[in-house]
Amino acid sequence: MDAHASPTSRARDTFVARSLLLTDDDVRRAVRRMAHEVVERLRDTESLVVLGLQTGGVPFAQLLSASLADITSHDVDQGTLDVSFYRDDLDRRPFVASTTSRVPVDLNDRVVVLVDDVLFTGRTIRSALNALADFGRPRAVQLAVMVDRGHRELPIRPDYVGKNLPTSLSEEIVATVAGVWIGTRTPA
Amino acid sequence: MIIVLRRGLVVGPSSTRVADVVVRDGRVVDVASTVEVPAGALEIDVEGRWVGPGFVDLHTHLREPGGEAAETIESGARAAAVGGYCALVAMPNTEPALDNAALVSYVLDQGAQTPLDIAVAGAITLGREGRHLAPIAELAALGVRLFTDDGTGVQDAAVMRRALEYARPLGVRLAQHCEDESLANAGSMNEGAVSSRLGLVGRPALAEELMVRRDIELVRLTGAAVHFLHLSTARSVAMVSAARREGLDVTCEVAPHHLTLDEGSCAGFDAHFKVHPPLRTTKDVAALRHALREGEIDAVATDHAPHAPELKDRAFDEAPAGMLGLEHAAALAYEALGASSCDPVRFFEVMSRGPARVARLRADDDRVRHGAHGGAVSAGEDANLVVFDPRIEWTASRDQLQSRARNTPYDARPLRGRVTTTIAGGRLVVHEGQLQ
Amino acid sequence: MDRDTDARVNQDHSIRGRNLLTLDTLSDRAILEVLDTAELFVEVNQRTIKKVPALKGRVVASLFYEESTRTRLSFETAAKRLSADVLSLAVASSSVKKGESLRDTIATIDALGIDAVVLRHQSSGAAHQVAGYVPHVRVINAGDGLHQHPTQGLLDAFTVRQVLAERAHARGSETGTELFEGLHVLIVGDIRHSRVARSDVAAFAALGAEVRVAAPGTLLPASLEGWPVEVVDDFDEGLQWADVVGVLRLQRERGTGSFVPSLAEFTRTHGLTVERARRLRPGAIVMHPGPMNRGVEIDSAVADLPVAVVERQVSNGVPIRMAVLYLSITGDPKETRS
Repeated sequence: MDAHASPTSRARDTFVARSLLLTDDDVRRAVRRMAHEVVERLRDTESLVVLGLQTGGVPFAQLLSASLADITSHDVDQGTLDVSFYRDDLDRRPFVASTTSRVPVDLNDRVVVLVDDVLFTGRTIRSALNALADFGRPRAVQLAVMVDRGHRELPIRPDYVGKNLPTSLSEEIVATVAGVWIGTRTPA
Repeated sequence: MIIVLRRGLVVGPSSTRVADVVVRDGRVVDVASTVEVPAGALEIDVEGRWVGPGFVDLHTHLREPGGEAAETIESGARAAAVGGYCALVAMPNTEPALDNAALVSYVLDQGAQTPLDIAVAGAITLGREGRHLAPIAELAALGVRLFTDDGTGVQDAAVMRRALEYARPLGVRLAQHCEDESLANAGSMNEGAVSSRLGLVGRPALAEELMVRRDIELVRLTGAAVHFLHLSTARSVAMVSAARREGLDVTCEVAPHHLTLDEGSCAGFDAHFKVHPPLRTTKDVAALRHALREGEIDAVATDHAPHAPELKDRAFDEAPAGMLGLEHAAALAYEALGASSCDPVRFFEVMSRGPARVARLRADDDRVRHGAHGGAVSAGEDANLVVFDPRIEWTASRDQLQSRARNTPYDARPLRGRVTTTIAGGRLVVHEGQLQ
Repeated sequence: MDRDTDARVNQDHSIRGRNLLTLDTLSDRAILEVLDTAELFVEVNQRTIKKVPALKGRVVASLFYEESTRTRLSFETAAKRLSADVLSLAVASSSVKKGESLRDTIATIDALGIDAVVLRHQSSGAAHQVAGYVPHVRVINAGDGLHQHPTQGLLDAFTVRQVLAERAHARGSETGTELFEGLHVLIVGDIRHSRVARSDVAAFAALGAEVRVAAPGTLLPASLEGWPVEVVDDFDEGLQWADVVGVLRLQRERGTGSFVPSLAEFTRTHGLTVERARRLRPGAIVMHPGPMNRGVEIDSAVADLPVAVVERQVSNGVPIRMAVLYLSITGDPKETRS
């Protein structure tokens, strides 16, 4: 989820797409590739828990879990994580979350794969790591993102990337399971 | 000292005219279209301003003795002078109460040190406790002409009846704070829609009206004279008007705040709007204004009630009741009388002549220690005069008061009309709005 | 009354970055925002680590002039679960109460550097006054005299929505005002002296419920002009109408001849007895803000029936107060000015 666009500001802004970068088929293929990479790196797939970040990461997490189940032939535990109350910018852009965290299993000694749509400044992921700590102590935490658009403000690096897309700060990326677009966001 | 007021609108008891007024040695010596200015005279151009008898306040709480943190006789007199007053009646609810000759004499003596005439209202009952009569005859001999337990009314009907029977042959008037305390229920604002919403205990209009009714009947029974203090409801005023038409010896006053503020002011829980009787409904305000214009009210009286700031910072129900009045009363009365349509004769009637009559401070009254007030502005009178400029627009401010206290509810309120000159006993006390 | 109408016209559509002094001026939108936010905090309260860093580094002072352990603990728990630091002053039992003005006390606490103050006071309007003294501090009214107890009104509405949403197998936040529209809410008991009644009436009426009140004649407010309620003279009649019955606490001193002849007579006319509980409509919900006078306004057996949601009200107190603190402290008032 884009760290510079809160749900409230999103509601008011308009995204104007310039071009379609990935089609829904491209997205599906990329997620499937990431699933293979996860399994490759992690022999012990039983310990996996996939957590989608609210709200943009959740559909990708579902897609990733489905792929993982396909490859490993067993169900993969999955849930959602809402980081609203963990953000470090509540002062500047206070907002009300509309979603909750749903962590259905004990995270102790599990391997958590956090899933988000777009990795940008890294602040959302920092919040997510803090939130995760309140749910338990995983053996390892990994990060999967559909798009890495650069411009990191924190020392955070993804483990699995659907597509690297170098962007300028004035550009905006919208990544959904239906496709990935680049464009600009203008206030309504 | 010789003062010449040039070309003002001189407001007499029934008419006005543009004239010069000459004051010399404590008296008005000449009122004429054009006068020759004597050598050494102070000439004040008052063209466009109203010149009339100095204001008389029937209802001032000077707080001395006992409440000097809030006001003293000296500071109260300064506030009064700035407000255009040349005489005022000090209320007896001091600590201790003015229920004996020594205390009354003390206040009269202190008052004599000020440029104004300070009359005193004595307590009706000892300690204002509503049980035993105060030495009314002894105090009358000192010149006390009004008696009241103000702060509260005399609750016991039998005690009030005795007091009236005792007062009648002495020729003094009893003034009543009308509120039946059992119905007022220790409330802190008007009982009604607003109090019910705010969760504040209410003082119903009926608490006042029942006592007005009771005292009218007691006047009928005893033949004595009653002055009704700070009437605040439409029905109270209607009852007193009807009693007057019947020929009963009743007079009444309204306070500036009851003419200009309503219960809605309490919605912010600011205790500066807490007063007894409480601010009433907009309908009551309209009825009081109507009665004032129609001549059914004898006086606008301030109920100037200073309180130390920390007391008004208390919660609404815990704060003391009362607000300042002296320094803004004239502008508020002017507003209540219709501002630009205000009749100057009516204005001086309710601010000076009416109250002077009730307090018996006029030239033909049996004055003991005071000058004459509420006159016609004619040659030979004591020079108690005020100049009011109805054109001045100004803003009330809590930080610009002569009173020691700060508890005005009018902070930041725009006002129209201001006293520019007060001449008390021939002395120029206020000149161009400034104390001299 | 003109001003009453004005108050409802000048509605606040959010409490973000604002004080919470009364529910009287809040729109349905503002109330729903609190309820929806509270729903998120219910989830936090179910975790092993019941804490989020949303108010980390913020300081919330809790200033209770009137002792109320329940409300104080509920607010302080809420603040702590949001990671705020809590300055707790039980003024009722300290020397502050003696002689120091509210203005001086609040100035002293403000000098320590606080972001919000939670105030409980025996006088109506105390929270309004404090809000005037420290305009840069968010003031949350935790009960002022007979006036308002906003968080109680909010948690009562929240509890009702929660129960009804569960029955409909829906998430409360997805239902908006739907479950309240046309809902029959009866509030019974000492309406006159109840800040809970004033807040409940405002909350339920704003959300679209029909509200009626039942009380002995002496325990009705002097005037109900401007209140969006109807008076029911016969409590039993009201019971047959009500989907929700809010039972108010009767202070014992009011039941000894001053307002009603005796507690027993109050129970006879307005107590929720076992006999009356039998006549409740199917599915009716019974609320009580606590602490209960069992045997006076509510029979002990009725209080323990499943229809009574008293414990739920208590546990919902924390998420509601978390929502109020979170919205009020972090919000930007400029964004929400109506």
